[in-house]
Amino acid sequence: MLNVYDILETIRMIQDECLDIRTITMGISLLDCIDTDIDKACEKVYNKIVDHAKNLVPVGQQIEKEYGIPIINKRISVTPIAMLAAACPNQNPVKFAKALQKAADTCGVNFIGGYSALVHKGFSAGDMALIQSIPEALDVTQNICSSVNIGSTKSGINMDAVKLMGQIVRQSAERTADRDCIGPAKLVVFCNAVEDNPFMAGAFHGVGEPDCEIHVGVSGPGVVRSALAKYPDASINELADIIKKTAFKITRMGQLVGARASKELGVPFGIVDLSLAPTPAIGDSVAHILEEMGLEMCGTHGTTACLAMLNDAVKKGGVMASSTVGGLSGAFIPVSEDAGMIDAAVAGVLSLEKLEAMTAVCSVGLDMIVVPGDITPETISAIIADEAAIGMVNSKTTAVRLIPAIGKKEGEILEFGGLLGSGPVMPIREKSSAKFINRGGRIPAPMQSLKN
Amino acid sequence: MKAVVTVIGKDNVGILHKVSGICMEYNANVLEVTQSVLQDMFAMIMLVDISAMSADFAQLVDRMDNLGKELGLSIHTMHEDIFNSMHSI
Repeated sequence: MLNVYDILETIRMIQDECLDIRTITMGISLLDCIDTDIDKACEKVYNKIVDHAKNLVPVGQQIEKEYGIPIINKRISVTPIAMLAAACPNQNPVKFAKALQKAADTCGVNFIGGYSALVHKGFSAGDMALIQSIPEALDVTQNICSSVNIGSTKSGINMDAVKLMGQIVRQSAERTADRDCIGPAKLVVFCNAVEDNPFMAGAFHGVGEPDCEIHVGVSGPGVVRSALAKYPDASINELADIIKKTAFKITRMGQLVGARASKELGVPFGIVDLSLAPTPAIGDSVAHILEEMGLEMCGTHGTTACLAMLNDAVKKGGVMASSTVGGLSGAFIPVSEDAGMIDAAVAGVLSLEKLEAMTAVCSVGLDMIVVPGDITPETISAIIADEAAIGMVNSKTTAVRLIPAIGKKEGEILEFGGLLGSGPVMPIREKSSAKFINRGGRIPAPMQSLKN
Repeated sequence: MKAVVTVIGKDNVGILHKVSGICMEYNANVLEVTQSVLQDMFAMIMLVDISAMSADFAQLVDRMDNLGKELGLSIHTMHEDIFNSMHSI
């Protein structure tokens, strides 16, 4: 039975606390579009995406209206394009990126993710060509996202790929220097990438997934913060309970929207991703939740502990609210996309090292961090290697999305606008890691991989 | 199928009349109304049956939105499923 308090609570969450569905993401397999003629393959890719996703945006809008809940993005994830590129040797894979962009424009979606390669144990046909084409692909398209998986707990870390990705991230920033270095903001380097992630820039449709499915990513840091604000004197375990209850409600909404979208589109329901995804909007910050718990500013001592508790409580609350939980599921800490993180970074309280520690206890990794324009590719690679090592040893997903701010130095600000926000250039260590990175090879899989 | 219409804002003459008038126009039967006026603030929650509506639910939502703008009130029209799923197991 509905009661007045519950109704008003829901309306307040949506109206005042920025509760929203961050994304409905349709995963589409492109395995049946493989062709040795790249132009034919691109045509099949375009046709398949448009055929499956033409109603995604209208259905999303209809659900928004019916339930009165904003759905911020409608997105598509596809099979890693390197697998399609493998069939077309000596061809420029950027043609696929252009075909994806055309499909994105036709369907009216915000992003298509999956300009990706999985090279955690080594490069197979198509992988190298695709990775090398990433800077161009992200330069000539607007709504295409790219990711590369360079390590996993089972296989270790492919250090040749780590070295290459340092160069690719830098090249991508250089090619888009006239547009606030937007290129690398659409590129994620993963360890233990998941196959059903609805969130960009790291979404792709794994080969173990069905032909087509619908995933939902929920949001709601503002709701959690306001719930905690009502209990200024509660103990930590009481706070954990409040977060669990709030996460349950948020996730139920995601489950409802996902189930409805799946029914309307005639596509199986994949997963709900239980993530707390911030936006630069005031009142939609993960950093402010941590500050509500009692930190003067995010990044100070105690931040990792607060984040660990938050991340765990979100999962515990959400897992019962959804029939299938998946994706990344945890709290996100993208610096430029979170008003509280931006403030803490500008104040010098939140450092790269603290962020690295935080990634050990939450999803996902060093995300949307602006680094000085003169950073070397080897230093980028070394940061990627550090982060991948945390993921590999802890059997969790970690990712790196660094933006070298070409022409800018520590303390200056890079502005992206929209959901990507703005970020101060953060200091990095001066000493070189070049010799380590240039060794190449592979970091062997850790003992944790031997579970059988 | 039911929907919940909530109206919050400054009290005025004829709010209930105008909201229920729109419901009648779309053949949405009003099942329950709770209303309170605290000082100058008007708050009403209305449960309506939308299973026999004469038009799309989206049209009703738009009409209510426009009425809210016209009267300077905050009017939300939402399918009951969202409240049921968020607040009950």
